[in-house]
Amino acid sequence: MSVDGITETNQYLTFKLDDEIYALGINHVREVLDFTKITRVPRMPDFMCGVLNLRGGVVPVVDLRIKFAMPVKEKTVDTCIIIIEITIGEEETLLGIMADSVQEVMSLEPDQIKPPPKIGTRLKTEFIKGMGKKNDEFIIILECDKVFSSEELVVVQDFESQPEA
Amino acid sequence: MVEPNRFIEGFRQEAQELLVEIEAAVLDIEENPEEHEAVNRLFRAMHTIKGSGAMFGFDDIAKFAHHVETALDKVRGGLVPITRELIDLTLSSRDQIKIMLEASATGEAFDQEKNIEIINALKIIMGEGTELSSDDKSSHKQKKNLSFPEPEIDQQIPMTYRIRLKPSADIFKSGMDPALLIEDLKALGECKVIAQTELIPDLALYNPELCYLFWDITLTTAKDVNAIKDVFIFVEDDCDISIEIIEKHDLVESLTPLPRLGEILIERGDTTKEIVDKTLAKQKRIGEILIENGAVSPEKVKSALSEQEVLGKHKPSVLVSSVRVPSDRLDKLINLVGELVITQARLSQVSAKVNNIELSEPVEEVERLTGELRDNVLNIRMMPIGTTFSKFRRLVRDLSGELGKKIDLVTYGAETEMDKTVLERLDDPLVHLIRNCIDHGIQSPEERKRVGKSERGTITLSAHHRGTNVVIKISDDGSGLKSEVIRKKAEEKGLITSDQELSRKEMFALIFAPGFSTAESITNVSGRGVGMDVVKKTIESLRGSIEIDSITDQGTTITLILPLTLAIIHGLLVTIGNDFFVLPLMTVEECVEMKKSNSEKNRGRNILNVRGEIVPYIRLRDNFKINCNQRDLEHVVIADVNGRRIGFVVDNVIGGHQTVIKSLGPIFANVRDISGATILGDGTVALILDTNVLLEKAMERLP
Amino acid sequence: MSKTIMTADDSSSIRQMVSFTLKQAGYSVVEAIDGSDALNKLKTNAVHMLISDLNMPKIDGIELIKQVRAMPQYKFIPIIMLTTESQADMKQKGKAAGATGWIVKPFQPEQLLSVIKKVLR
Repeated sequence: MSVDGITETNQYLTFKLDDEIYALGINHVREVLDFTKITRVPRMPDFMCGVLNLRGGVVPVVDLRIKFAMPVKEKTVDTCIIIIEITIGEEETLLGIMADSVQEVMSLEPDQIKPPPKIGTRLKTEFIKGMGKKNDEFIIILECDKVFSSEELVVVQDFESQPEA
Repeated sequence: MVEPNRFIEGFRQEAQELLVEIEAAVLDIEENPEEHEAVNRLFRAMHTIKGSGAMFGFDDIAKFAHHVETALDKVRGGLVPITRELIDLTLSSRDQIKIMLEASATGEAFDQEKNIEIINALKIIMGEGTELSSDDKSSHKQKKNLSFPEPEIDQQIPMTYRIRLKPSADIFKSGMDPALLIEDLKALGECKVIAQTELIPDLALYNPELCYLFWDITLTTAKDVNAIKDVFIFVEDDCDISIEIIEKHDLVESLTPLPRLGEILIERGDTTKEIVDKTLAKQKRIGEILIENGAVSPEKVKSALSEQEVLGKHKPSVLVSSVRVPSDRLDKLINLVGELVITQARLSQVSAKVNNIELSEPVEEVERLTGELRDNVLNIRMMPIGTTFSKFRRLVRDLSGELGKKIDLVTYGAETEMDKTVLERLDDPLVHLIRNCIDHGIQSPEERKRVGKSERGTITLSAHHRGTNVVIKISDDGSGLKSEVIRKKAEEKGLITSDQELSRKEMFALIFAPGFSTAESITNVSGRGVGMDVVKKTIESLRGSIEIDSITDQGTTITLILPLTLAIIHGLLVTIGNDFFVLPLMTVEECVEMKKSNSEKNRGRNILNVRGEIVPYIRLRDNFKINCNQRDLEHVVIADVNGRRIGFVVDNVIGGHQTVIKSLGPIFANVRDISGATILGDGTVALILDTNVLLEKAMERLP
Repeated sequence: MSKTIMTADDSSSIRQMVSFTLKQAGYSVVEAIDGSDALNKLKTNAVHMLISDLNMPKIDGIELIKQVRAMPQYKFIPIIMLTTESQADMKQKGKAAGATGWIVKPFQPEQLLSVIKKVLR
């Protein structure tokens, strides 16, 4: 059984979060950076780490661990930032996503991809495009347009819980 | 072969500019019919539309403009008086040209009847009949004059002509070199040239700037006689030219004693040719000598030049020599310069660390050059505000007419330059503000008379530079704002409570509240209750500020303060904990220190005593929930935000920073108190704070 | 060395067209937006020929030609005037002021080049 909408690309970049393997369609991925200094933007939700300097441009960075409600982990030498291209509203923009480590670029034919399980994942099912498998390990293929949609990302500032200093 | 299409867009743009110019000139004339220069400007603009239009294939526009130009020529010559009717007609002609221009771009049809209508109306004013006149004549003449491109049809039979070319003595002064004419003749066929030297005077009387020679030329050519005449087209009036046919070569037979004589003449011709050359050589030398003469006192020339340059600069000129560049290329350039500024800052930082004199010298040079480059590039985007101002003249004229008011628009500082993007986005707010002046500000003539003012109201639009900002003022001498009315309205709308005390400034600022409108009647012109808040938002999105002041019965003044450019601002770099922030230096007034003990003393009341003056402050550390220990000594940056002195408490003030503004992108679109980011020398991203919003938010949190 | 030609015209589209045509033909070009601009630039540039519009702000074509002829270094350069209609009186005035020849608008680039070839070599 195949899944709709997987015909267009069959190359994926896989990366690790906790002990799970995730994948992004390669057509979304611009580049992968080593972990670098990130400037915090005040009063953002925790998953929004801040912004980094990408060759003179300013790119927001999301910590997927926090976004996916995983425990926060110390950065390691393997920690990296995947720069992806997304569309927010009408505007195309870059977004950095922090991952524990980047694995590889791999091919998955549409018939190797199963629809997402209805239960048993920590993610909303709509975030998952499908499930792949390699060496008996499951690969969770993310639906970029859903995980990184404006509803999920465009942050509202938290002015209300302001301390009356 | 040159592709003319590439110029068509250029013409369109130019025509649009000329239409603006025409409108401005017409309105000038209307204001002051005696202003001859405005009539000239109007005529020239129309003339250029006609000439260039014809050049680039806009024949209908050229033809129409020709009629208007003919009429304007009579106006210029004082044959026809300037009347309201004429002004209106000229404006409608201008509008019609605009329509035709737009129609030509979209390929849509336009109302041709209107053309005829306008032309006939013009003709009636000119006191002409409706015969179609000059354009037919001139088109004939044009053909006659431009015979160059038409390929000369070769006659099958070659003919020999005897040509005598006797230039006037001062032919050189018309820039024509007879040698070129002779060369052109040589190009037509077999050619024998004999120079006649009999008019050359004694050396003592010889004037090297004059031409003493004349030539007898025997030309055998298959070309038409008109081809020969064309050679002389520019010199017909300056030369005695005779062209005779000596012989038809239909019979291949040569003749008589002439060949021998011819050979001798050739010999003589050779020697005289030298004289020709000599003459030319002398001519050149004279030129050189004269140049040398001019250069005898190069300082004088220089000073005269610079004087003229200065004079030129001070002349108000509407037309500016320019190269058109698509603005996205410019944006790209500015981005690159932005990157360069960042990289240079980084370089300087590294160099400071290395502390090597061999390195630091060129690095300093790079710093200087980068700064200069940045200023120059930013300057490219600078445009005089005058073009924007001139648009409003029509607005004022049309609207005041519609409302039965008499209003003059006076502008100052049209030459003030600011960033094109800022300027473009200023259009709408300014239109709104001026509409407000016309609609609500200036009273009707009767009303004005009643309160003892002149019937004509005045709207003044001015611009000037103040530091890195541009200050634009829009003022009217109308009825002014009435505090009671504003107060009542604000209370109705629940913006303030009836017991709330407000300063004058705060009272007027209510006008910018969303949904606030003081117009008693809703007219077509303004007063729909949206507007002033939108105006304020637009100005603030341009990193500017707006202020309103008014005196009842005397008028209202609105002051806009805008940055020169949006790409780079002067910022003040500060730190809180480990984070860097930039405050726009434009609002910063001073920095003071604050000891922990001091802030503890005032616990609960965020106020600071600065030389006896009480200044409230916002503690950015708390505001941004930055968790780190409070320093014993903090710094307070005191800024003037919308007329209020307010302090921003930070850990440290690093200093001034040329801030290249980077957008935070759509993800942070809702983050209002941070207006962007910039990249510091070491690559760190620093956030740029919006002091307006910070203050606004702090006020909202007040109980 | 290529010859330098100045085009003086207040119409930017015509300047652009003239300038493009001349550059294509291998000439160097100096552009001037009106008579006074032309005079200034003539002082700082060595120009071999002038192509001038007649109707210009500040200093018109006729006056420009007169003043250029009065400059010693430009006493003998070819000057071509651009006229809109072939008004005989304008041509006369231009000639009297010192113009070498004229070209009537509208014209094609080739016509322009053929006129230049007539007067500048």
